[in-house]
Amino acid sequence: MAKFSKKKVNRRKVEASGEGPEQVVRDPGEQHEGLNEADGHVSEEQEEDEEEEQEDEEEEEDGGGDKDERRRQKLLEAINALGGKRQKKLGERSEAAVLMSEFTINAEGEGERVDLSDLIGTVEKNRAVPAKTRKQLKNLQQSKRTVECPLSKQETERIQRDVSFQKAASEVSRWKGIIRQNQRAEQLVFPLNQEPAGPKPMERVVSGWKAQTPLEQEVFALLTANKQPVHDPILTPTEEASLRAMSLEEAKIRRAELQKARVLQSYYEAKARRERKIKSKKYHKVHNKAKRKEFLKQFDEMVKTDPATALEELDKMQTARMQERMSLKHQNSGKWARSKALLAKYDEDARKAMQQQLEVNKELTQKLVTSLNNEQEEEEEEEEEAGHPELMPDFVNDAERGLDSSNPWMRGKLSEEPTESERCGSLDLTEEALLREFDQRRKLRQVQEADTGPVLSVDDDEGMVEEDEAAAEEEEQLSEFTSLFQEMANSRRDVMAEQAEAAPDTSVQLEEGRRRICTVEDVELLSQEEVAPDEAPVQPQLPPATENMLSAPQKTGKNRKRKRGIELKEVLTTEAKVLRIPLAPTVEDTEESDGKLDQRGLIKEAFAGDDIISDFLRDKRNQEDAGKPKVVDLTLPGWGEWGGGGVKPSRNKRRRFRVKTAPPPPRKDQHLPTVIISEKRNSSISLHQVNSLPFPFESHTQFQSTVRSPMGRTWNTERMVKKITKPKVVTQLGAIIKPMAREELMKDASNNSSVDSLRRKH
Amino acid sequence: MKVKVLSRNPDDYVRETKLDIQRVPRNYDPTLHPFEVNREYTRALNATKLERVFAKPFLASLDGHKDGVNCMAKHAKSLSKLLSGSCDGELKVWDLTKHECVRTLQAHEGFVRGIVVRFCGTSFFTAGDDKTIKQWKMESPGYGEEEEPLNTILGKTVFTGLDHHQKDGVFATCGQQVDIWDEQRSSPIRSFTWGVDSFSAVRFNPVEVRHHVSTTLRHTHTHTHTHTHTHTHTLYSFSMFTLAYKVFIVSLPDAFKMDCLIFLCLTSLYTYDMRFLDRPITVHMDHVSAVLDVDYSPTGKEFVSASFDKTIRIFPKDGGRSREVYHTKRMQHVICVKWSADNKFILSGSDEMNIRLWKANAAEKLGVLTPREKVAVNYSQKLKEKFQHHPQIRRIAHHRHLPKSIFHQTKELRVMKEARRRKERNVRKHSRPGAVPVVSEKEKHVVTVVK
Repeated sequence: MAKFSKKKVNRRKVEASGEGPEQVVRDPGEQHEGLNEADGHVSEEQEEDEEEEQEDEEEEEDGGGDKDERRRQKLLEAINALGGKRQKKLGERSEAAVLMSEFTINAEGEGERVDLSDLIGTVEKNRAVPAKTRKQLKNLQQSKRTVECPLSKQETERIQRDVSFQKAASEVSRWKGIIRQNQRAEQLVFPLNQEPAGPKPMERVVSGWKAQTPLEQEVFALLTANKQPVHDPILTPTEEASLRAMSLEEAKIRRAELQKARVLQSYYEAKARRERKIKSKKYHKVHNKAKRKEFLKQFDEMVKTDPATALEELDKMQTARMQERMSLKHQNSGKWARSKALLAKYDEDARKAMQQQLEVNKELTQKLVTSLNNEQEEEEEEEEEAGHPELMPDFVNDAERGLDSSNPWMRGKLSEEPTESERCGSLDLTEEALLREFDQRRKLRQVQEADTGPVLSVDDDEGMVEEDEAAAEEEEQLSEFTSLFQEMANSRRDVMAEQAEAAPDTSVQLEEGRRRICTVEDVELLSQEEVAPDEAPVQPQLPPATENMLSAPQKTGKNRKRKRGIELKEVLTTEAKVLRIPLAPTVEDTEESDGKLDQRGLIKEAFAGDDIISDFLRDKRNQEDAGKPKVVDLTLPGWGEWGGGGVKPSRNKRRRFRVKTAPPPPRKDQHLPTVIISEKRNSSISLHQVNSLPFPFESHTQFQSTVRSPMGRTWNTERMVKKITKPKVVTQLGAIIKPMAREELMKDASNNSSVDSLRRKH
Repeated sequence: MKVKVLSRNPDDYVRETKLDIQRVPRNYDPTLHPFEVNREYTRALNATKLERVFAKPFLASLDGHKDGVNCMAKHAKSLSKLLSGSCDGELKVWDLTKHECVRTLQAHEGFVRGIVVRFCGTSFFTAGDDKTIKQWKMESPGYGEEEEPLNTILGKTVFTGLDHHQKDGVFATCGQQVDIWDEQRSSPIRSFTWGVDSFSAVRFNPVEVRHHVSTTLRHTHTHTHTHTHTHTHTLYSFSMFTLAYKVFIVSLPDAFKMDCLIFLCLTSLYTYDMRFLDRPITVHMDHVSAVLDVDYSPTGKEFVSASFDKTIRIFPKDGGRSREVYHTKRMQHVICVKWSADNKFILSGSDEMNIRLWKANAAEKLGVLTPREKVAVNYSQKLKEKFQHHPQIRRIAHHRHLPKSIFHQTKELRVMKEARRRKERNVRKHSRPGAVPVVSEKEKHVVTVVK
């Protein structure tokens, strides 16, 4: 009760403070009461009211202002009591029984609302509340501004939407890194983050496991006590420490050094073994000679740089020589030598061995002064040696040559060495003949150079081209030219026949050559293309069987004669462009060019019918002419002067209206006689060409470079091809590709952070 | 006697086992292999031609439905299973390897509007025109058991779309409003509306599963001056439980979630950045009639669209034109399309009751490839890429045979577009400079953005 009265007092105080709040407080209360009527709480209310009345009566002395109030209340109650419904006393359950308690008892003061004024009263009394707050509250009470109207539903929704959209957008943006990474990746293999197939390594399986049973724990304890690795059972701490002691680079370098040393060693060993195994005496001789030479060279140098040691060396050499001279080591007085001497009569090998020993002896016992320039001597010796009929010449190896002359490979392979040996070894019967032949040839060539005059071309091809160029210059005479050729060919056929009669004794090789040349087409072809003044000195291939050698010069002479008859130079009226070049009259050279001739002969035979080169030159000439500026005559007869039959426009006029077009830029193939470079845009090619720069490229060069770099196995190594042709997206047949998980994001973030921290460190 | 003999180290040419490839010594000197560009061009041309020769994408047709196939769903765990719902409320489960139907059930009365398989693969949900959502077991009922749903939810309105969360027991439906449901409850845990529009599709974002419910498609038939139907698309944020944005939209790529795709608006498809919805990134044009369904490839690089013009087209994610068009004589309006989870196949359901199985890459050889085949395929692929800008190769690679009607319609559309462009150009020419601004193709299609 006391509490209640207190409240009343408070309320009164608030009322006293001003009119506005009174209304604020009162009106809801009344409304409330009005509302409660329906709820059937009226009985309690009434009781309360009665109590209040009593109180009020008690408090009547305090102020008469409340009298009117009370009356009004009573009146209201009376009015309310008029309605029949009001008779219901007990509350009933209904839909909206918010305020009803379970036992139809209303909680005290439940119907009333707690107002601001109720609270403020206590605030004012309470000292704990700071003065500032009190003041604010007061201001709030006094202010008469109405509270702003809340935003409309649409507007609030829009704001909420906006906020949530911003949030969603920012969340989505977190994926940016991963997306960019995936876009830039050279290859994406789906499903992403696949677990590698196959058995997992033990460590990974074990890592999540813990010792549980006592036995396991015991084992674990033991392991840990002995510092054995538990989770990663690969290296013990000591092992790791030892690993750490040596850096990787050092180890690598050391290993490389060792490797190199080993390789070198094995290489030298192998070499020594190889050399030791060689049985060839000649090899060893040459080898020793080279060694000696090397030594001498060194010695010479030593004389210059370090005379003292040189002297010592000299001494050493001298003592060795002296020992040799004193001993009878290399004379034929030893036991071995004597036994050999007995055999020497019958055995060639033994004879040879003896001979050699004698050689050595001779060499050693010679006086020192002569031994220094023994190179020439030795050569002489060699020649002597070679001249000795009993000693085997070195080219015995090449004996098969004669046997297997039909095999072109064998011939080709051996062609280099044997000629040399032949040249130096002037032992055979044919040798002298050969030498003579060379001389003859040389002379012939000189003579020929003199009489063929300037028509010596460097290269066969070029010569041909140039000749034909000259021919092409006379295009008007072309028909004449061809008719002449026909005549020439005919006449030459006769000549050939004569020659065939005249020289029936020519060798097989020659006959071959002849037969080849003598076909009609060939003759014609030759007459057109082959100028071959340089071929006159060129010899046909040296036959491997030396019997043919003798006939060679005669044949060449004939050839020359015959070919002279075909020369274009005599047919054409103008002089051909000529290149003079000294000829190197060597045997090898002739052989080579001979081979060429053979091939060319073949080609000629194959393309006997078509006259390619003159066609080509004609084409070129035509194209050049087409490109030349033309004079266009725009004269119209009759304008400005008399016209009609037989009247020509005046010269003045013609001159005025003749338009000369500007000359085109110089042709690209101007200085290339054997090439036609077409500068026209070819429509058939342009069909396949890209005519505008495609999208991702920024410049023509960029695009061209990408097109130009080949990707295939023909041009790249296998590994490179694999790298270049790696597909951008790889998927697996039958594997479900799941969307990325959010964990991916976390991983990426952690990766990024680690990368960042690394960067910061560096 | 000196005898010279050819001697080689057998290690250089003898293989270790007979399974090894014969070692071939090679000389990569470029002078020995001239004309590399020309030769590679020829190879590229041949590869392109061969690709066209081998382009046989159609694999199988699954028939059995008694009405048009309205929706399909991929199994979450199995590649060989496919669920399809037809317009008569029938649902079929297919075995794709055997090309046969393994289970049939009458799921709804009227259309089956949406099917979705739960992420675990043990059950699936269907929504139908009879205002119900049903949950079914994936296993077919045993002998004597009746085909009954595990759970049935009665809704107040017709559902037009359905999707399930990737990880939680939450699913979403759309219709007059978008509802988010918990599997355990019979009433939605959350509903979204925006005005009075109805929604036709709803998708959970497959990647940002916890936060974004969906991008939803809704139809607002606003008659603008050109009588284009404006289709607005709305993005909802799940976490905030509010609608977030309303523009045009939807179906999300799996692997790359930032782009979202929008379809319809007559014939074009639009790709948006989810964060900037006021303007599409790319406009995908090629269809001549309305696009009805879209599905992203699981790699996120491409997507496939089904259209009312009786074709399926495959577009690259960032390309404006399709790289492939599939059609057959008997295929009618394609209503739904799915890209298989292993990125190799495409499934399409169409009006004439059939489901068709296509290869995603028309000329690809299926099955296991030998290493040499793989190398050859990779090389020819790169060659095609390298020379793709050359006119002859482009012509061959881009050539597709189209049904007559589509061919003519495409031509007609092109003419119309050109005429419109010409007119605009002329107007611009004859008006004050700057009075008729140039509007890019991307901006042209957005009528308004409502926030």
